[in-house]
Amino acid sequence: MNAPTYNFAYLDEQTKRMIRRAILKAVAIPGYQVPFASREMPMPYGWGTGGVQVTAAILGPDDVLKVIDQGADDTTNAVSIRKFFQRVAGVETTTSTPEATIIQTRHRIPELPLHEGQILVYQVPIPEPLRFLESRETETRKMHALEEYGLMHVKLYEDIARNGHIATTYAYPVKVEGRYVMDPSPTPKFDNPKMHMSAALQLFGAGREKRIYALPPHTEVISLDFEDHPFEVQRFDKPCALCGAENVYLDEVVLDDRGGRMFVCSDTDHCETRRQSLPLEGRVGGEAAGVGSSKTSATSIFDAVVHAEGTPPGRTSSGHPPLKGEGSR
Amino acid sequence: MQAEAHMLEGGFAEPVLEAQATFRAVMDAMARPARAVKTGSRAAPPAPLTPLAGAIACTLMDADTPVWLDPRLSGSEAVRVWLGFHTGVRFAAAPTDAAFALIGDASDMPPFDRFAQGTQEYPDRSATLILQLDSLEGGAPLTFRGSGIKGEATIAPHGLPADFAAQWGENTRRFPRGVDLVLTAGDRLIGLPRSARLVAREG
Repeated sequence: MNAPTYNFAYLDEQTKRMIRRAILKAVAIPGYQVPFASREMPMPYGWGTGGVQVTAAILGPDDVLKVIDQGADDTTNAVSIRKFFQRVAGVETTTSTPEATIIQTRHRIPELPLHEGQILVYQVPIPEPLRFLESRETETRKMHALEEYGLMHVKLYEDIARNGHIATTYAYPVKVEGRYVMDPSPTPKFDNPKMHMSAALQLFGAGREKRIYALPPHTEVISLDFEDHPFEVQRFDKPCALCGAENVYLDEVVLDDRGGRMFVCSDTDHCETRRQSLPLEGRVGGEAAGVGSSKTSATSIFDAVVHAEGTPPGRTSSGHPPLKGEGSR
Repeated sequence: MQAEAHMLEGGFAEPVLEAQATFRAVMDAMARPARAVKTGSRAAPPAPLTPLAGAIACTLMDADTPVWLDPRLSGSEAVRVWLGFHTGVRFAAAPTDAAFALIGDASDMPPFDRFAQGTQEYPDRSATLILQLDSLEGGAPLTFRGSGIKGEATIAPHGLPADFAAQWGENTRRFPRGVDLVLTAGDRLIGLPRSARLVAREG
């Protein structure tokens, strides 16, 4: 290890015990936010300090860790957290979803269904689903205690009154086992159905807000909706421009300053695995673009660009997903 | 003097890694209720505290968590000194003041509603009860449903309170308040969080 002066997984043992006790209560009361004494971490708030503390408290030397940021293994937040745990815990890391035992995530759930024994750790900016409707903690706590969630339905109704549909596209509120309304963290609502009856244990850590909550495996997680306006996920007109996957969440990639753009899988591991399993001539775009036979030319990356018109729901035309989460609801 | 020196032994040989392994076993048990989890975790506490219960104590308890011992365990000076040295816990005089309870004789334990239940606002401020049982088999079958359980799960732990089913039903009705149980025997444990609902059996 490069940092022998730190305890295994960075945190001191008393802090780990405190976090572990909070996790056990969170698991016992699914969807309820357990307060915990969040610590200063060697990274700023908003960079996943809650998720990092949860991961540090559960991580063991035999674990295989995967870290994703908006679905990608190779973005700044994911790379730095992965390196952090390599350094302070010496654990094996991976980008492969099925091989990981613990997956720490910022704002996405992997496309591949998780399996029994895996743990998904979410980085949560604002854990309280009612916070933008009621700013006082004393009040929101009382509302959870009394199961008084009418305000949330009013908010969704106002969406319909103004826009004709529920315009909330991320951090879409869910009800857990018919009791607690929970913020699934700023994942796109596309991912909400994956939480329902997942085989994996899901843990949520909010460092700045000092809350931990959990969804045990096989737990009912229902997105709030109305009978005449049922919950729907985003749909994309086109498959992924690189691997051709349908029914996955796509990221917009701006290609030039003349409006050129393409839509590709947000889950980089899913996309790469698919592309590797495809025969070379079947590949679209990416490293296979322009390779070999004329068969591929009709579906080259440039065609993908030309055909990728409009913006998928929930995305701004600038190409930046509105998912950074910190207070932008 | 020699007895006191003995109290310094029997903790984890590798405190960091053994506490992590023990915690994962407990978390796994709590996340998948009514399913036995086998663990190699063991400390070497003085009897009648068992090696697994001792390991759980070393993993989760410290000066922030008052612990209540049932008469069988609190009757042993050696157990109290050992826990005090290895975990730094304070002992609660009454069940209601405790964050954890270690129960040596579950058949004669106080009713669940005598322990801290948490409040409607803070249901996490409730007790976790660690029960030392003779066996996780051979008792009356109990079938559970709920979060963490795929369909139904049946266990038959031996040595629970005679009126367990009635008490657990009340614990479920108090949700989100209530106590959480960790049943231990030998090298296996079963988690029963308050979210696990007992399925009524006719006949």
